[in-house]
Amino acid sequence: MANATQLDIRVPIGGLFTVLGLLVGGYGLATRGDTALYERSLSMNINLVWGAVMIVFGVAMLALGWWKSRRAE
Amino acid sequence: MPVTHLSPIDYLLMAAYFATVLGIGWELRRRMRTSNDFLLSGRSLSPWITGLAFISANLGAQEVIGMGASGAKYGIATSHFYWIGAIPAMVFVGLFMMPFYYGSRARSVPEYLRLRFDEKTRTLNAVTFAVMTVFSSGISMYAMGRLLNLLLGWSFNVSVLASAAIVLAYVLLGGLTSAIYNEVLQFFLIVFGFAPLVALGLHAVGGWHGLTERLAVVASARGLPSGAYTHSWAYMGDAARNPIGVEWFGLVMGLGFVLSFGYWCTDFLVVQRAMAADSMTAARRTPLIAAVPKMLFPFLVILPGMIALVLGGAHAGGPVGQGLIPAKLAASGAPLVDGAGRLVLDYDLATPMMLVRLFPPGMLGLGLTALMASFMSGMAGNTTAFNTVWTYDIYQSHIRPGASDAHYLWMGRVSTVGGIALAIAAAYVASTFNNIMDLLQLVFAFVNAPLFATFALGMFWRRTTGHGAFVGLLSGTAAAAVHHGLTLPAGMPVGLKGGYLGAIHFYPSELAQTFWTAIIAWVTCFLVTIIVSFATKPRAPEELHGLVYSLTPKPSEGELAWYARPWVLAVVVLALTAALNLVFF
Repeated sequence: MANATQLDIRVPIGGLFTVLGLLVGGYGLATRGDTALYERSLSMNINLVWGAVMIVFGVAMLALGWWKSRRAE
Repeated sequence: MPVTHLSPIDYLLMAAYFATVLGIGWELRRRMRTSNDFLLSGRSLSPWITGLAFISANLGAQEVIGMGASGAKYGIATSHFYWIGAIPAMVFVGLFMMPFYYGSRARSVPEYLRLRFDEKTRTLNAVTFAVMTVFSSGISMYAMGRLLNLLLGWSFNVSVLASAAIVLAYVLLGGLTSAIYNEVLQFFLIVFGFAPLVALGLHAVGGWHGLTERLAVVASARGLPSGAYTHSWAYMGDAARNPIGVEWFGLVMGLGFVLSFGYWCTDFLVVQRAMAADSMTAARRTPLIAAVPKMLFPFLVILPGMIALVLGGAHAGGPVGQGLIPAKLAASGAPLVDGAGRLVLDYDLATPMMLVRLFPPGMLGLGLTALMASFMSGMAGNTTAFNTVWTYDIYQSHIRPGASDAHYLWMGRVSTVGGIALAIAAAYVASTFNNIMDLLQLVFAFVNAPLFATFALGMFWRRTTGHGAFVGLLSGTAAAAVHHGLTLPAGMPVGLKGGYLGAIHFYPSELAQTFWTAIIAWVTCFLVTIIVSFATKPRAPEELHGLVYSLTPKPSEGELAWYARPWVLAVVVLALTAALNLVFF
């Protein structure tokens, strides 16, 4: 019964955060040096920083899901 | 006039989230073969998943927005809703109550009441619970629709209907499993959306130290001791010296014992997540695992409200104690003023204003997506609890017993649609209180407060009878209503806030009244249940195996590594919670 309902939750989580990270980080990269835009966030390019953090988390989740499915084979 | 406008990047982020949520439902759709798969996840999930879902289902918009509002209103004392008002009860339900819920093979909390007591007690619980889930979902929807309208100028109707449609789609497709998987996803989204907000906010006010200094000014301006917003316990000895307006006994007994245990130990919305776990140990570990992130949530949801109170405002030449929080507007569009001539603040906007103030495009989209995620996880939680209670406890037991499972699976789907439709209707009713959490606590006080007395007696005293439980519950709820009708928070008009039977006692605050209403309800239910039980015939002990503590074998923990055992987890969780209380004492 367990196998019938299992979808490894790490895969959609990893996928979503990788995509969100790429979007936010990519936007941060494209808007680098735009001081007016980042005045709100205390002159820190929070998009670039947090985008990178989310990519790391997303890829780690995907790797864990991949590793587990390999082990199950 | 909307507060801000979104950029294309923000819409892209939202789209990515919605696509994932619907994708999960789509991926799970073929696995929904029986009503058990659809409504109970076929008892197949690991405790990490059910644990995160356990808190996410509770993490609706009323938590993220309401706790931010309370943070701005009450300061760090809001953490009592977590460190006193949640963790001890979560530990208790995992250690002591889960063996009965999971072990009895009941499919819902009301069904446990039928096994332990009788049909009428179950029906009473099922009906009140079903009404409450619809109501909670409606409040959540209302909050979200109003917020998106204010912030972004989106139409209230479209916001409510669109988000309802998305929740409906993924629950219809993948049932409880889909709701639980999405709750886990939403949990991470909320953490990733709000952690940078808190970091930036703290940075902007000069860290915890700077926040303490600035809040001291606000506290003094409001006639409170200077540390009143940054100490959780130090001023709890006297209701007039802390912003909550409650003394420690009312807080510990009302919130910490009655309301908290009534919610976390008996509310099917959360218990259902643990019951979807793949084993007894997993079910017991579910609330214990959930307790770890739960104890850290105050930093994520309360701090933004506290920071909002001192960001801008006086330091930018504005009035002390308003910060980023706008005034509540009367129907005419003019700012509301209270009896003392002070502006009435719209505290529910504290956290959203922080997002708008500190996040540039990109992060703003992420933060708003997190807010919507919290709204949806709360709504899906209510929907999946509603459809199960409706299908098994009301429809199967009263309207159409003995039908095929395919029929109940169909009814599960129909009631998902019906539950959401009712919630939409409730959304248009919920709008009187300026703090959603206070309203919810009041509803819990009437319905949930007596409940824990019934469960505690039922599980730990085998002499308790069905008649006792039923009459006790009714008396408890009646006592709550009578007490609420006879008392009034100071300065409030007679009406929804109480006093409708003639105010004979005044409380220093609404929360004090709510907590004492809960205490009265609990004590009444406890005493009446005992008295009626002694006067009625108990069930034979052999009928109560697996339902009562003294007649149930203790669950074995021997096969687990020592660090994974529920008892060990419980001690660690309680020690960490005690440490947090001391740090912010």
